[in-house]
Amino acid sequence: MEKPVPIAATFEIEYLQYLDAEGKLVRDDLPAFARDTKQLVKLYQEMLMVRVFDAKAIALQRTGKLGTYAPCLGHEATYLAIGSTMQEDDCFAPSYREYGVQFHRGVKPRELLMYWGGDERGSNFSGPAHDFAWCVPIGTQCLHAAGSALAFKIRKEPRVAVCTIGDGGSSKADFNSALNVAGAMSLPLVAVIVNNGWAISVPRDAQTGARTLAQKGIAAGLECLQVDGNDLIAMRAAMDHALKRARHGHGGMVIEAVTYRLSDHTTADDARRYRSEQEVKDAWAREPLRRMKAYLMSLNAWTEDEETAWKAQCTKYVDAEVNAYLETKAQPVEAMFDYTYAELPADLLAQREEAIAWEKRT
Amino acid sequence: MAQITLIEAVTQALAWEMKHDPSVVVLGEDVGVNGGVFRATLGLLDKFGAERVIDTPLDETTIGGITVGLAAQGMKPVAEAQFEGFIYGMLEQIICHAARLRNRTRGRMSVPAVWRAPWGGGIRAPEHHSEANEALFTNVPGLRVVLPSSPGRAYGLLLASIRDPDPVIFFEPKRIYRQYKEEVPDDGEALPLDVCFVLRDGSDVTLVTWGAQVKETLEAADALAEEGISAEVIDVATLKPLDFDTIHESVRKTGRCVIVHEAPRTAGFGAEISARLAEHALYDLVAPVERVTGYDTHIPLFRLEMKYLPSVEKIVAAAKRTLAVS
Ligand SMILES: Cc1ncc(C[n+]2csc(CCOP(=O)(O)OP(=O)(O)O)c2C)c(N)n1
Ligand SMILES: [Mg+2]
Repeated sequence: MEKPVPIAATFEIEYLQYLDAEGKLVRDDLPAFARDTKQLVKLYQEMLMVRVFDAKAIALQRTGKLGTYAPCLGHEATYLAIGSTMQEDDCFAPSYREYGVQFHRGVKPRELLMYWGGDERGSNFSGPAHDFAWCVPIGTQCLHAAGSALAFKIRKEPRVAVCTIGDGGSSKADFNSALNVAGAMSLPLVAVIVNNGWAISVPRDAQTGARTLAQKGIAAGLECLQVDGNDLIAMRAAMDHALKRARHGHGGMVIEAVTYRLSDHTTADDARRYRSEQEVKDAWAREPLRRMKAYLMSLNAWTEDEETAWKAQCTKYVDAEVNAYLETKAQPVEAMFDYTYAELPADLLAQREEAIAWEKRT
Repeated sequence: MAQITLIEAVTQALAWEMKHDPSVVVLGEDVGVNGGVFRATLGLLDKFGAERVIDTPLDETTIGGITVGLAAQGMKPVAEAQFEGFIYGMLEQIICHAARLRNRTRGRMSVPAVWRAPWGGGIRAPEHHSEANEALFTNVPGLRVVLPSSPGRAYGLLLASIRDPDPVIFFEPKRIYRQYKEEVPDDGEALPLDVCFVLRDGSDVTLVTWGAQVKETLEAADALAEEGISAEVIDVATLKPLDFDTIHESVRKTGRCVIVHEAPRTAGFGAEISARLAEHALYDLVAPVERVTGYDTHIPLFRLEMKYLPSVEKIVAAAKRTLAVS
């Protein structure tokens, strides 16, 4: 066109970071919570705990004591930021590796191990009863969060639904539908895209031609922000903002947390098949714990001795949880029937009897 | 000649057909560099390039729908669902379009596509990775549903499925992906779709099954033989359309039939076979038909899953129940 054409819409996506990879502050407008060093130390300790747990779970899988396990190595800051900003009565709808969020919300490591250890009782966990359990069919949880948010809105409850989704999952119809309905109905929904660079073997750039994943919310009319997902302070600030807006009726938000999957996709995967060692090495320099430790040490709020002592405490706690998991007896055969309906219909009851009788055969 | 596993037979069939028919493309999640999470498409990217071995964005609606579009425009897509439990996002496209396009357009357009998926339980996998959902598809007019149970049949039936002018759901019993090897000549010879395979001749009882349960059923036949009972074993292989004649012929001989499948019992595909026996073979039957199946529950997570799945012992017991009637 030769003459200028009026602009119908424009958008920008901001990128939020407070702590760089070396643990140096890059902004001087620290949010209030971040001035409370004790709280930062506590969150750092929780991140370490998650990391100790993660390594232990992989070891259990390798020795045949756990089924396939999806590690969360590298995602700790994103998860702790979500967990520590949500209120107890907010609703969390995870995919399958958001352990840092869930531990903070009261889920026990032993319950998580039960889930990956092939025992349904893990999903009947000690976390909030209104939180959803692990969701393996990618993206489907986002619409559950949207529906939960609608329930809160209808009942005029000041509660927010939070879902997490991967970079791969951001391609799913369900995810995009969730954003759309949140925008259309102004729902209290916070969708966090945990962009760890990979969806199993498929790199982020193969998912979409969009420059950022955050901007997927623009089309839905949501506020969108890209954040350094390895920076606990930035992620926490972003979550605080998103939850507050949503809670006060200002609608949903999309946060793209840029992090990196430092592990294989799951214990059934071998990432060396499809990504370079160099890429992983580079990512280790940006990982979340290292920078938080450097920052805390620069404030004289944390020492190597404290780190050693805390790690020992984590190991002790995780070992006790692992033992509790390993000592859990399998459910009886009838357990596979008992939650199929609120009340078992006669024909299913008959099958249940059949199954019990078969177990007791001589 | 090389001995290959069932999954290698899948790869071999895909490679043969891609080499001989340039319209064949493979698409799905992780099918490229990674060669599929089970390695069914291993090496295809190197041989045929990224235009024909397509890593899609992670979205089953996309995979289901673009497969219909590709096929309608003269390509022969072979789409992969990473697991049978993730095919549901493709259902609307499969049921509303793939299965109907020929009928809708009075034959003007068609969907010569294959949807492959690893299928079934027993590998200690997480939730949604262990389902036997074939009956969802056998109730859809216009689809073929194929479930091979050996390397040779995987090779021959996959070739036939790709060449078939209509949409085919091709389920691969993942529990026996690497169970054993056999010689499978890479000669491009397809096996007939729509026939059952008699794997073992017998005269006392007919055991009908498909997928990974073929293993337990053959073992059950061995166990019965030790007690002097002669069991005929039929691998249905193509569930839809069903070759009932082969089953009927066997039951005419034995008068007894046990149907084995790992899907839930109610409205499982065994119910269709049982109904046809009631309709066409009632007077050939000496004993009521027995079904050894999963229960009408979700397949449990893996600590209990073997208690859900049919077993050699359950099959033997069912066969003996039919033999107790005379
Ligand atoms: C609907 C569906 N399709 C496929 C899969 C198999 N699958 C499990 S994880 C995964 C990749 C997910 O990548 P991403 O969304 O980036 O999350 P990440 O695992 O990296 O956290 C795939 C394809 C699935 N679980 N659900
Ligand atoms: Mg990812």
